[in-house]
Amino acid sequence: MSQPILEMRRVSKSFGALKVADGIDLSVNPGQSLGVIGPNGAGKSTMFNLVAGVLPPDEGHVFFDGADVTGKNMAQRCRDGIGRSYQIPHPFEGMSVFENLLVGARFGGAMPDDEAYAVSMKILTETELLPKANALAGTLSLLERKRLELARALATQPRLLLLDEIAGGLTEAECQSLIATIKGIRDTGVSIIWIEHVTHALLAVVDSLMVLNFGMKIAEGEPREVMESREVREIYMGLDADA
Amino acid sequence: MEWINAIVQGVLLGGLYALFATGLSLMFGVMRFVNIAHGDFIIIAAFAAFTLTSLTGMHPLATLIVVAPVLALAGYANQRLILNRTLGKDILPPLLVTFGMSVVLQNLMLEAFTADSRRLQSGALETASFQVIDGLSIGVLPLLVFLVAVAVIWSLQRVFYGTGVGRLLRATSDDQTTVKLMGANNAHIFAIATAIASFVVAIAGVFLAMRTNFDPSIGPARLLFAFEAVIIGGLGNLWGTLAGGILLGVAQNIGAQIDPGFQVLFGHLVFLAIIAVRPEGLFPRIKA
Repeated sequence: MSQPILEMRRVSKSFGALKVADGIDLSVNPGQSLGVIGPNGAGKSTMFNLVAGVLPPDEGHVFFDGADVTGKNMAQRCRDGIGRSYQIPHPFEGMSVFENLLVGARFGGAMPDDEAYAVSMKILTETELLPKANALAGTLSLLERKRLELARALATQPRLLLLDEIAGGLTEAECQSLIATIKGIRDTGVSIIWIEHVTHALLAVVDSLMVLNFGMKIAEGEPREVMESREVREIYMGLDADA
Repeated sequence: MEWINAIVQGVLLGGLYALFATGLSLMFGVMRFVNIAHGDFIIIAAFAAFTLTSLTGMHPLATLIVVAPVLALAGYANQRLILNRTLGKDILPPLLVTFGMSVVLQNLMLEAFTADSRRLQSGALETASFQVIDGLSIGVLPLLVFLVAVAVIWSLQRVFYGTGVGRLLRATSDDQTTVKLMGANNAHIFAIATAIASFVVAIAGVFLAMRTNFDPSIGPARLLFAFEAVIIGGLGNLWGTLAGGILLGVAQNIGAQIDPGFQVLFGHLVFLAIIAVRPEGLFPRIKA
């Protein structure tokens, strides 16, 4: 088997006395799609910040595609191939949808103009945003903004895609259509790490699942098994440890 | 006819003001950076052109070939080495640092060039004019300045809306943090914005020096006109900045027509009236 696309080794991060990442070890293989669940404040988004380079870890190392990227900033990691979508969409509101993607493709994907145009068009089609290509990003609906967040991350040509609660706040029908889109992305071979509270959406896509609580990884494995595990039921159902 | 003449000359003067204001508008638009030393950079460009013409006897317009690229490079370096370090959550450091630069630059220029009032001699171009109708003549130089202002703004718009770098600058204007997620380096983008702004500052400085007298102390007044043009036009919109410059020029000339002492006062009054009625300016594109 080839080397993992992402590896976290004993990564820790504290905000004052609060330990938000506590010795996290993680390995994601090329093409793997990993779901991440955990209660609010478990350190899920912090983990993404550590992977994407928003925050430096206090301890431990992050490897991307075999290389240590712990000291690299967001922009460098983006060009290396880590794409990220935010929980709350951050479109460039004064620009058209198409231009939002162009910026990602041209700089994150480091491709010349004409190639960036072609790639952006292709991604707009895949993410069903083509009818909105010339609309200002600030005028989009929530689903469209979430799609744009996804599309713009894809435009940077990621080999690892970080999705942060992209299904949150959507209606059931909207959620289903987004799941189909994400499945399509998964099937092109992009590795995905997906933080999500909407577990049925998550389980429809991912091939493994990890549970975080208090900054620690408390379970990882086959999704159904993890969901039925004792640890998860303790956290979500308030099951006593000795019941 | 006198009034029509005042308005036409005011429009042409507005072209010069728009050139003053473009760099300021651009730096504010991309990085929310207010450069208090902007006016002094314009005067530096004027003195650079003055020195070149005195040493080599070249035509003032030709000095732009040297002055504009040199200022653009200096602007890039200034942003990367100094100004970027002042950017952050606190809005005060950029103001303080550029204010300090303004004081230092004025005194350096005073030391180097004395307080004498100078002007770039451009020969026949200075006095050339043509008569449109009886009582209304247009100077070739003011017309040239105006046309250059329009050309500069048109070109910048083409860059912003039609090139990758331009889109990156606009994206940065919208959201400085997310643009890093797109693989872009803010320090470099900011420096590019300042380099472009400084290129336009060079053009503004050379034309200022051809149209009027200048000395080391007049920078802050140009900064004020530039500010007014930017605010009147609305933030983040270069065509708005041109409109703001023209409005300011026309207001000043109408004031001067009533009484020569009213020129600057009238410009300020119109500016005040506009921010009282429309604080966001006439054609805003971004929120402050």
